[in-house]
Amino acid sequence: MTMALPSGGLLAASDSNALKDFINLICEPHWFFIISCAGLGVFLAGYRTLTKPAVAWIALVVFTLAYVLSALDPDFRSIIVKPDNVPITIMMYLVGFFLWLAFRQAAVNDEKMASGRPLTEAGSDDKVLVWPDLVYIELIALVFCTVALMVWTVILRAPLEQPADPSVAPNPAKAPWYFLGLQELLVYFDPWIAGVLLPGLIVVGLIAIPYMDKNPRGNGYYTFVERRFAITTFMVGFVILWVVLIVFGTFLRGPNWNFFGPYEYWDPHRPAALVNINLAQIFWVQMLGRGIPTEGFAFIPHYVIRELPGIVILVFYFLVLPGILRRTVFNRMGNQMGAVRYHLMAQLFLWMAFVPIKMVLRWTLNFKYFVAITEFFLNF
Amino acid sequence: MSVFDRFGNWVRGGQVWGSVFRHGVPRDRRTRAMAILSNVFLHLHPVAIRKSGIRLSFTWCMGGLTFFLFLIEVVTGVLLMFYYRPTVEYAYFDIEGLRAHVTLGLLREMHRWGAHAMVIAIWLHMLRVFLTGSYKPPREFNWSIGVILLVLTLLLSFTGYLLPWDQLAMWAITVGSNMARATPLLGHEGPLASLVMVGDVPLVHAGDDARFGLLAGTFVGPNALLRFYVLHCVFIPVVATILIAVHFWRIRKDGGVSGPL
Ligand code: HEM
Repeated sequence: MTMALPSGGLLAASDSNALKDFINLICEPHWFFIISCAGLGVFLAGYRTLTKPAVAWIALVVFTLAYVLSALDPDFRSIIVKPDNVPITIMMYLVGFFLWLAFRQAAVNDEKMASGRPLTEAGSDDKVLVWPDLVYIELIALVFCTVALMVWTVILRAPLEQPADPSVAPNPAKAPWYFLGLQELLVYFDPWIAGVLLPGLIVVGLIAIPYMDKNPRGNGYYTFVERRFAITTFMVGFVILWVVLIVFGTFLRGPNWNFFGPYEYWDPHRPAALVNINLAQIFWVQMLGRGIPTEGFAFIPHYVIRELPGIVILVFYFLVLPGILRRTVFNRMGNQMGAVRYHLMAQLFLWMAFVPIKMVLRWTLNFKYFVAITEFFLNF
Repeated sequence: MSVFDRFGNWVRGGQVWGSVFRHGVPRDRRTRAMAILSNVFLHLHPVAIRKSGIRLSFTWCMGGLTFFLFLIEVVTGVLLMFYYRPTVEYAYFDIEGLRAHVTLGLLREMHRWGAHAMVIAIWLHMLRVFLTGSYKPPREFNWSIGVILLVLTLLLSFTGYLLPWDQLAMWAITVGSNMARATPLLGHEGPLASLVMVGDVPLVHAGDDARFGLLAGTFVGPNALLRFYVLHCVFIPVVATILIAVHFWRIRKDGGVSGPL
């Protein structure tokens, strides 16, 4: 049902339908992802201007207006008012607000540094007594937090659906909302990567951050110019690969984990996605015009020969590329870090980049696996 | 002097008050320092702190709020434990009964929304720590502790999600725990697991793999409910409490909330 019901009297029905169709369109996975990335890029490039209070107010009003108007649409409303989806609306506002707050202060500090004035946080030797200065701030924060939580508690019922029944699977079956980014990755990766390896790498990578980042500047104050690479990488990870994917998984994934635009009805009978193809198929059949190898050679099993193109690409990507980057774009950083740190960082970085690479390949070429050794569930 | 002041002075001059608070009204430097030093809870703080560190716009008080939400979860959680029985027969109906006929059954709402709020707060806290570069030396180790706390917070939320034993709960946990099936070597649908054999006998199968260890069964059933309950109410909170203590201790040992060097 792409034709959503006309919403209120604000726009003529046909205009509003055209607009809705347009928004449904740009919410498709690739557009949603590209627009989010572009948005982040613009924000980081223009943070000095874009964090000016006037701009921030406009962004807030526009977003809220769009959100409220969208809520007039019954399909969209039915999603956002689900009790367990309410935290996501709250999260979007809070993440937006605090990103603004942080980058605003970074912009101010960066300008101060450029003109040789002291940082906002300067004067770190000035000490104040915890009682009363801090204790009262904490008390006030605590009171506000309590009041907010009580209001939330009173106006919104916690969900309780039908009793658990192992024989009736809901469609879609979704993980708790904070894991929906990972569930979205299941579209592009096998469970052992999306559900085990990548979460593991996220945790290891986060723990490793302070040991890899050898940039001594930007310690204890807001700044962007002094830590461009670190902050940009973290922003991509947190904002795009975590928060945006959660929003996407919550609002735009319906039955059978199919994509549905925000104003579309979640039709469980929508046909499933296209058939995806592996690199082996592309290489042996489409490029060389012969069959997929089924015979081994000497002691080499047939699946190694079959998957050779993918193996070559992955070996290049994970083992050769770090060395090339070391001599080019990461030259200065590599010198600062030393070999062990650098290679740890490079592996984590390349794994992180692997995620959007596979997403893009899926959207453009219906690409599935670089290497598919299905014999051992070993698919990349 | 008004009646209230006189009453106040009388209370503060008495033996009971004096035995609890061993310092005068915190009006000067010495008594204000004493207010912090002589209270085990306030003593989590240092006596004096960097001016930049207490600005709300610097820390957003997010770590503090994460901790506060954790405390709310502990209190409401203990109250919920008075009613809730973690068995397939009772779990769902206990939760339902909470809504229908328990005074202050609303505390289930508070527990659930508090949990969501804590997840959001901890992300924001991490964001703030990252964007102020506060993980840099000498605070590397405290950042690592924080990451473990983040994992524990998500696991607390995840294990709690199952307890209402409704469709939402069971299937969310089914989706989540299905991942464990795919653990390399240790999950029966994980890569290379089929190579772990003795003779012809596969060692890793649905009845003993990583998912089985998590759920105490091959599906989300009564054993999983009990297991998640114990993890949720005892094991993870205890570990988290210990790590929070270490986290707070380290903040002070690392020189208090960060500021420009
Ligand atoms: C249960 C979870 C947590 C609690 C209760 C907690 C609590 C706190 C508190 C109260 C502070 C003092 C300053 C502030 O409020 O910002 C703090 C600082 C800090 N936290 Fe956490 N935190 C938690 C999780 C985390 C996580 C997930 C990370 C990072 C991955 C982290 C890393 C740090 C670091 C490095 C500091 C020192 C910051 C500085 O000196 O500026 N913490 N934490």
